[in-house]
Formats: sequence, C-alpha cells, structure tokens
Amino acid sequence: MITLKINGLEVKTEEGQTILDVAKFYGLEIPTLCYNEGLSRYGGCRLCLVEIGEEPKTKLVSSCTYPAEEGLVVRTDTKRVIEARKMMIELMLSVAPGSKIIQDLASKFGVKQVRFKIRNEECILCGLCVRMCAEQMDGRAIGFQNRGYKRKISTPFDTRSEECRLCGGCIYVCPACQLRCQGPDADTAVCNACLTMDPTCLDFHDELQCWMYDVGRCGTCIREKTEESNNKKRTQKSKQKEKNA
Amino acid sequence: MEAEELKVKSYITKYNNEKKALISILQEVQEEYNYLPQEVLKIVSKALGIPLIDIIGVATFYRAFSLEPRGKHLITVCLGTACHVRGGPKILEEFERKLNIDAGETSKDGQFSLETVACLGCCAIGPVVVIDGDYHAQITIRKVGSILKKHFKKE
Ligand code: SF4
Ligand code: SF4
Ligand code: FES
Ligand code: FES
Repeated sequence: MITLKINGLEVKTEEGQTILDVAKFYGLEIPTLCYNEGLSRYGGCRLCLVEIGEEPKTKLVSSCTYPAEEGLVVRTDTKRVIEARKMMIELMLSVAPGSKIIQDLASKFGVKQVRFKIRNEECILCGLCVRMCAEQMDGRAIGFQNRGYKRKISTPFDTRSEECRLCGGCIYVCPACQLRCQGPDADTAVCNACLTMDPTCLDFHDELQCWMYDVGRCGTCIREKTEESNNKKRTQKSKQKEKNA
Repeated sequence: MEAEELKVKSYITKYNNEKKALISILQEVQEEYNYLPQEVLKIVSKALGIPLIDIIGVATFYRAFSLEPRGKHLITVCLGTACHVRGGPKILEEFERKLNIDAGETSKDGQFSLETVACLGCCAIGPVVVIDGDYHAQITIRKVGSILKKHFKKE
C-alpha cells in the first residue's frame, strides 16, 4: 500500500498505479486526451498535467504517466496547472479547430482566444490511432513518420497498407476526426457554442448539415429562433463579408 | 529481383539478423542504392521481424536516409545559425539557380541532389557546403560556380 495526498486528501493505492489512476478511483477529475484505458500510456498531449511536490519546489508532470509514490503531494487544480492546461488547449485548437472534442475542451476550460496561427490540420499527433492499431487491432499499419514540424501519421509509402484490416479502429479513437465540428462562421477559431445555452447549429447551418443525421433529436433546431438571434446572425454574416472584402 | 534479394539478405546476415542493427543495415542499403527502395525495405522488414511501418519511422527520421532516389552527387548547404547569418540562404539560392532545382530536389538527369542541413558542427569555417563528403569552407556566391566546375571536371 502506498499513501499519498491529492488536493489535501489522503489517498491509498497499490504499487504500479499512476496519479491519474488514483485520481480517477477517488473520483477526482483530471482532463485527458491522449490517454485511453485500453491502450499504453503516451504522455503526449499534456492535458492531464498536475503539480507535484511542496512549495517552493513543485513541478508539473503528466499524471497519466507519473507513478504514484509514497508520500507524494499532488494538486490537480492550481493556477499553474490551469494556465498550462489552457495553453495546451489553445495550441491544439490552433492546429485542429475542426475537432469537436477540442472545441468542447476549450469551452469547458474557458479558452476564449487563439493567439497562434490557425493551421486547420486533421491531426494533433496524439498517437491514439497508432496505439489502437498496434495494441488492440494487431494491425501495425500506421505510424509516425518524419520529425519536427514535418511529423505526421501515415501508412508505409503513403499508400494502402497490406497490414490494414479496415477495422476503423484508428478513426474511432481519433479526437480530430471522429467528430467533426463545423463551428459557427466565427471570426476566430474558438467556437465556444456547444456548451453555452444559445441555440447553436441551426442558427448557422441548415438541416442538411446535422451531423447526427437525425434532425431534431438534440432539440436545438426545434427551439424557436428568436428575432434577436436572427438579427445577430445577419450582422455577423455581414461583418464577415466586410472582412473578406 | 532474386539476385537483389540475395544481396540485401547478405547485409542482414552480416549483422546476424539482429534487430538492433537496423540502422547499420539501412546505411548499407542507402550506400548501395543511393536511396531506400520500397522492395528492399519490405525484405528487411520480413527478415528482421520488424513491422514495415516501424522501419519507415526510422528511415524518415534521419536525414541520412532517403525514400526517393537521390542524385549521383549530393550537395548539402548548411543553413545552421552560424552559416545562416553568414549568408547560407543566399548560397543555397545560387546553387538552386545554377543547378536549376529547388532544395530537397534531384535534377532530372539524376546527377545532383540539393539538400540543406542545420549545422555540421564546423561553424568556424562557415558558410559550409559539402559536396559528396568534401567540405568546402567560407563559401561565397562567387565561389559557387567554380566549386561546381572544379568538383565535376574530374569525371
Ligand atoms: S483501420 Fe487499419 S490502420 Fe486503422 S486501426 Fe484498423 S488496421 Fe489499423
Ligand atoms: S490521426 Fe487522430 S488519433 Fe491519430 S495521432 Fe492524429 S489526432 Fe491522434
Ligand atoms: S492524457 Fe496524459 S499527456 Fe495526454
Ligand atoms: S551552422 Fe553551418 S556548420 Fe554550424
């Protein structure tokens, strides 16, 4: 048995557990992205950062890879953690603003701006697909290639791989492509719409663009559109046009 | 292809079919073919029992390897910090103009490949250009033409 402290709470766990495992067991929420229960740990997204140690010698570590140690002092929601986490979300958002998962993270943690160049990529290099393919699907069809800013995920020679069994596992776990979010026609890369109470999608898209292919199920579009929101939309659109011109 | 296959296999047996010798084997292949042909990589993958995708990962990580055929002659222009401030980019441009290819490309006749590198560790003599392993120090735009001539007159 190991005893450690998370957010002042004394907790017990076994050898070989990570901080994240313990926190989950005790119901303490730590956001994650590149972590998946059924796959090996990667520690790539840095979303699960926590602060360990006592003042003034504390440091940030990724809780999904850091093993629980006897006497460890962990804090999951310090100012430093929150700021670092917001920065990671902002960075990921600038890479793949089309990802609903990342947009939702942005809403949840109050990321309201993106100060980096918007790259509109379809991948944030979280490595989930690679691990899924190798560890669960016994596939070995995709992997990381190149390095630095040219790093990417692909099959050998960028063609259909003989090893791929077309199981779709890679797409299933991908945070950037499993759920596409179009976002409103916002001027920025942050949408912040899903988690607010305003009617969203139908304010901006017509029925045919419902990604649930089941118009009306989520209810947003049934809500009567107020005159106000229509006006808002109009002004927003014209603003955008002005900008484009 | 069979003779080829034997040749590749000989590289692999030279290193006792050991997985950890992957880079050395790839180096031999690169040396022999001037690039890493797809077929050869597949043979290596089978013989060593390393998934092809992992071999590609290694091969694309190092600049010493190339998956595209490289020219007979490799010209590398240093764009590291020291060479950069001493005019590396201008020299690269001059090579691009003279050889009529962009950095990272191979000329149509398969003679030259032009690449860039970020520091060769000999900044004191920069800007540095390496042609087929020969280091040329303190290059200026004017010297580019004569270097090319000197180097390729031999043949
Ligand atoms: S669809 Fe192919 S690449 Fe994707 S996880 Fe399955 S085997 Fe791997
Ligand atoms: S393709 Fe998706 S799952 Fe794979 S690394 Fe990129 S973002 Fe992650
Ligand atoms: S979940 Fe821990 S680094 Fe991504
Ligand atoms: S920068 Fe060119 S050799 Fe160091």
